[in-house]
Amino acid sequence: MSEAVAALEGQFRDLEQQREAASLGMWIFLMTELLLFGALFTAYAVYRFTYPQEFAAASRDLEAGLGAINTAVLICSSLGMALAVYGAQTGGRKRLLFGLALAIVLGTAFMVIKGVEYYHHFEHAEFPGLRFDYARPHAQATQVFFFLYFAMTGVHAIHLTIGIALVCVVLFKAWRRAYSPDYHTPVELSGLYWHFVDIVWIFLFPLLYLIDIHK
Amino acid sequence: MTTNVVETEQNYLNVSYGVRSWLLTTDHKRIALLYMASITLMFFVGGFMAVLMRLELVTPPGDLVTSATYNKLFTMHGIIMVFFFLIPSIPAVLGNFLLPMMIGAKDLAFPRLNLLSWYVYIVGSVFTFWIVIAGGVDTGWTFYTPFSTSSSNTHVIPMTLGIFTVGFSSILTGLNFIVTTHKMRAPGLTWFRLPLFVWAIYATSIIQVLATPVLAISLVLLAVERAFHVGIFDPKLGGDPLLFQHFFWFYSHPAVYIMILPGMGVVSELIPHLARKKIFGYNFVCFATLGIAFFGFLVWGHHMFVAGESVYAAMTFSILSYLVAVPSAIKVFNWTATLYKGSVSFATPMLYALGFIGLFTIGGLTGLFLAALGIDVHVHDTYFVIAHFHYIMVGGMVMAYFGGIHYWWPKMTGRLYPEGWAKLAALIVFVGFNLTFFPQFILGYMGMPRRYHAYAPEFQVLNVMSSAGASILAVGYLLPLVYLLWSLRYGREAGANPWGVKGLEWQTPSPPPPENFAVTPVVTEEPYNYPSAAPGVPSTLQEAEVV
Repeated sequence: MSEAVAALEGQFRDLEQQREAASLGMWIFLMTELLLFGALFTAYAVYRFTYPQEFAAASRDLEAGLGAINTAVLICSSLGMALAVYGAQTGGRKRLLFGLALAIVLGTAFMVIKGVEYYHHFEHAEFPGLRFDYARPHAQATQVFFFLYFAMTGVHAIHLTIGIALVCVVLFKAWRRAYSPDYHTPVELSGLYWHFVDIVWIFLFPLLYLIDIHK
Repeated sequence: MTTNVVETEQNYLNVSYGVRSWLLTTDHKRIALLYMASITLMFFVGGFMAVLMRLELVTPPGDLVTSATYNKLFTMHGIIMVFFFLIPSIPAVLGNFLLPMMIGAKDLAFPRLNLLSWYVYIVGSVFTFWIVIAGGVDTGWTFYTPFSTSSSNTHVIPMTLGIFTVGFSSILTGLNFIVTTHKMRAPGLTWFRLPLFVWAIYATSIIQVLATPVLAISLVLLAVERAFHVGIFDPKLGGDPLLFQHFFWFYSHPAVYIMILPGMGVVSELIPHLARKKIFGYNFVCFATLGIAFFGFLVWGHHMFVAGESVYAAMTFSILSYLVAVPSAIKVFNWTATLYKGSVSFATPMLYALGFIGLFTIGGLTGLFLAALGIDVHVHDTYFVIAHFHYIMVGGMVMAYFGGIHYWWPKMTGRLYPEGWAKLAALIVFVGFNLTFFPQFILGYMGMPRRYHAYAPEFQVLNVMSSAGASILAVGYLLPLVYLLWSLRYGREAGANPWGVKGLEWQTPSPPPPENFAVTPVVTEEPYNYPSAAPGVPSTLQEAEVV
């Protein structure tokens, strides 16, 4: 498809209506996602109030340096995504392709660093369910902390993986010139999703890594 | 006015034939029928379990099934009826069919997503069937921890995954409906010209989108805790079992409103149309709908009065629960006021609507008993609770679903159902329902606990009454299955508008053409805009069909 023309689906009156519907649909989906993570954040809040000292101590076992690097990596990936959306809107093909590729590379880098952290926790027997040292002091509360750490970052990582796959598809279609300034809804919607996953991490990082860092 | 007397006219049923054309359809009307067939199957599977329970409870000792089997029966009955019948019932069947027609659209905003929702539902249902065959689950539909994570020896993990799956069907349907209501309305159809059914479906969809993900993630945490023996809810491992209850009811109390708001929406259509009268207080009904959806999110703690939540939390939840009664009562008053001096037709859908008002009122008022801290301690976990929520869910939602199915049956199929049989069935359902569940209020108040397969001999008379009622109720539910299927072939042709009512869905042939309207309609008036109570407005119902 050399000319980028959007197909108008039968149920819509015009492309404008179709674009607005798709955009609203994505926002509502993100609201669902917000509540999905919301339950995990609630659990975190409950247990942090139940075990404040133990959470602070367990937080020190996380590698804040790697977490900080990952935060920077993810923010830069969002920059790539923003560049891609801008490129799609203005017809800047190079910017679009570069932005998407940057998001994919940095998103993958995030996953690799996260994997290294997970591996370290496994080595240190801090992986509830697989390998956990119940002989350590405050084992129960620490176990709850690490369970929440893996649940929250794990659900986040699943979302990021889906995001990377999504952006790969968008990149492929952009390469095939499927988007134009008139039609680039998929780029915008994947951008919304990407930024949402990014923002979730922005909250996860201080809540998990930085509880006790100022001491 | 268009009619469909021409045999060859194209409609959504005859536009294409074959299994493929149904399994790959994106037409909201066909997907509605797919849902209808699936949930009907689930309804009778869940109903069969209820029949076994009522049979067991005819005699005081546990002689028909063991207590372990009985635990599985009430668990699977609850899970199937709540997640696989009630939640999809009116939204996925009537909502799917009617929402685009009522707003003058060709389809939902995302037709393929709509089909995907049905497949997701089917995957969840197949899971459930497999679990039933494999031996079931015995935790109760509430999955309370730590029993569900460390004690129960049944198929808890696959069941939570089945519910997790079907939850996404619910979320995606809700998302689709919200976007459709916002973006697909016909020219001139402003928010306050929307039929009240659309408002109800809209409010329900918001609850589905916001509440369901919380249940989804809680069930995942539960499954992980059970599978890997880690502690998040298990107190042995440092977890908090109350947290699970909070999460569960944060979804499952709003879910009660997923299970009643659409029913209220149906009744808000049936009453003004079949009384030929403008709805009394349209705006009040709208805001009451939104109010119920909003307050529904703030009352979940009233399920946990005796579970160990703080007394201040309990008092707050109690007061908030009372507040829900206000918008609910507004609706009941408005329906009643609409009937006043209307030309009330007593066709079958109206019988169901009137039944709904009465039974919902009883269910709602006994809900206030349960929201009161003192009384709840007395009747908690007794048959009083069972009777209360069955008055809402069966007496309310199922009655409304049957009323809606009858009212829109001519539109969906192009055929009239046999009015005489339908009235008889409605009467049987009403009598059977009350005989089944009213004795349970008394049983519960006298102290008979729920979820036991044996009971003290002094409760036998009321239990036998309840079981007898259940057998009558079963007949009442089987009858429509027979005569509605019969009418598909032998029912009289309905014509576009057999009820002679307003409403966009009736301004197009029955069954509707694939694109719903030949020309996109333009809306110029409020809904239910009947001439103000002109005396002697004839009830133009299908008199000939009335036996």
